Amino acid sequence: MSQQVIASTANKARNLSLEEIAEIEHEMTLYPDKRAVGLEALKIVQKHQGWVSDASLLGIAKYLDIPAADLEGVATFFNLVYRQQVGKNVILFCDSVSCWIMGCEGIKGYIKEQLAIDYGETTKDGDFTLIPVPCLGDCDRAPVMMVGPDLHRNLTPEKIDSIIKDYKNKQD
Amino acid sequence: MVANPLTKNIDMSRPPLDITAYEANDGYQSVHAIAKGLSPEDVLELVKGSGLKGRGGAGFPTGLKWSFVPRGDNSPKQKYLVVNADEMEPGTFKDRLLMEGDPHLMLEGMIIAAYTIQASKAYIFLRGEYTVSEQALRKAIKEAYERGYLGKNILGTGFDFDIIMHTSAGRYICGEETALLNALEGKRANPRAKPPFPQVSGLWGKPTIVNNVETLCNLPGILTYGVDWYHGLTKGNDHGTKLFGVSGKVKTPGCWELPLGLPIRELLEGYAGGMQDGLELKGFLPGGGSTDFMLPEHLDIVLDYDEIAKVGSRLATGTMIVLDDKTCPVGMVGNLMKFFAHESCGFCTPCRDGLPWVDQIFRDFENGEGSEKDLQILHDHVTYLGPGRTFCALAPGATAPLGSGLKYFKEDFEKHITQKRCSYKH
Repeated sequence: MSQQVIASTANKARNLSLEEIAEIEHEMTLYPDKRAVGLEALKIVQKHQGWVSDASLLGIAKYLDIPAADLEGVATFFNLVYRQQVGKNVILFCDSVSCWIMGCEGIKGYIKEQLAIDYGETTKDGDFTLIPVPCLGDCDRAPVMMVGPDLHRNLTPEKIDSIIKDYKNKQD
Repeated sequence: MVANPLTKNIDMSRPPLDITAYEANDGYQSVHAIAKGLSPEDVLELVKGSGLKGRGGAGFPTGLKWSFVPRGDNSPKQKYLVVNADEMEPGTFKDRLLMEGDPHLMLEGMIIAAYTIQASKAYIFLRGEYTVSEQALRKAIKEAYERGYLGKNILGTGFDFDIIMHTSAGRYICGEETALLNALEGKRANPRAKPPFPQVSGLWGKPTIVNNVETLCNLPGILTYGVDWYHGLTKGNDHGTKLFGVSGKVKTPGCWELPLGLPIRELLEGYAGGMQDGLELKGFLPGGGSTDFMLPEHLDIVLDYDEIAKVGSRLATGTMIVLDDKTCPVGMVGNLMKFFAHESCGFCTPCRDGLPWVDQIFRDFENGEGSEKDLQILHDHVTYLGPGRTFCALAPGATAPLGSGLKYFKEDFEKHITQKRCSYKH
């Protein structure tokens, strides 16, 4: 890679916002080294931006002075760091064993039908992204899923209807 | 006497007890007992004497684990306690209950553990999806600081202790303690080579104890009510109570605190109400997705670490997943294989390449394209991915339901091949 390419990559870094920096600085007081703050910083940026763009990732690497490649390695390792743009509400759909026994495949089919999206896709209006998630640890009330920070239990097609409606109304 | 020390304060129809109400029900008495003159060695002896075994899955004696941490003036000054609150074992839903229902109990257990190993700092490695647990714990931590149970010179003991909350961002492998430590250090969560064990060289190379949420929640009772009381709780050979859960098509799925040593039948047919109408029990995984299947003929075995090991499975997390006679066992094992294939960290070859291969074969079976040769490949993988062949315990964990499923549900696998379809689908 020529020096020019390296320089142009670094130039793509976004300057982090003051808010983001304040939160990252707070995390730095809790860990003995900067590298450990990398994942926290990714989550902070995602909280503010909705996802982690290349520019954001490079911005964090620059701010923490850690290799961008290492940070990318971390970002792509974890399920909940989004390296692609997601919708306003991310649906984390549990398809692990207890939910499977309790019929989550039918529920997933229903969501797919209602929102016209499959795993990894976002609705045209940008309201919902559907992502599978490993066991959500609420197996006695399966099937379950999360929408944003909220857990929804004992899912039925009727419940899916009202959940979708609620989140749509929330934004209006 | 208290019979349910883990859940005595839990009532999910209301918010968890605040610190005042928690204290009023014997809460933080163990910290006062420490302040009155229990040394770290005293506490270690109590916990060793209690016979408590780790509740995260492996069942390793807690006191023994702690005793490996170097002590004395020549030992590293900084030591760490880490709480493994990254509950992600398929079918496991017990730590969530403890953290959402009674967060102070875990904090009290953390103070006891940290004091014993003289760790001045602890990280709670909490699953990112557990947002309600996070809120409950943050509130409880704040209250504990205000009341002087956390911070500098706790109750005049000269012991300083801070708790830091780390919310993770997914990946089952973080439950493996050395992978968890790498994640905390901001690295990819690949497991580390052992030895050195974390007790000697863990987080940032310092002596570190990683304990499960439920393990820590056992500690306050042991100090407050005594070892004799603790030994009186059990109905079997292992000590204490344990959270047991049942999911699947039973009448009343749920999670209950019960003495160790009860027959499995009492849990499945009593607490969980037996199978839903029209369904028969075909088998069950006794302690999460990486345990071996057990059969209806095993119902009279007691819920005890050693007893369940005798029939080739593990008590592990104590949360059972029930398979009924109208659900396809091949599909169930296939679902687990998809999970393990996805959650492999990718570091070692047998796991990274073997599990997706197994997963693909299950997809073929599902589509009626499985062959005798495929079946042989599955059998081979039980060996290839087994203990000693991989870098950590993830793939061996996957071979537990795979190997036992192939053994117990042989006819169902054969049927998929001969009928070229899944006969459970209507």
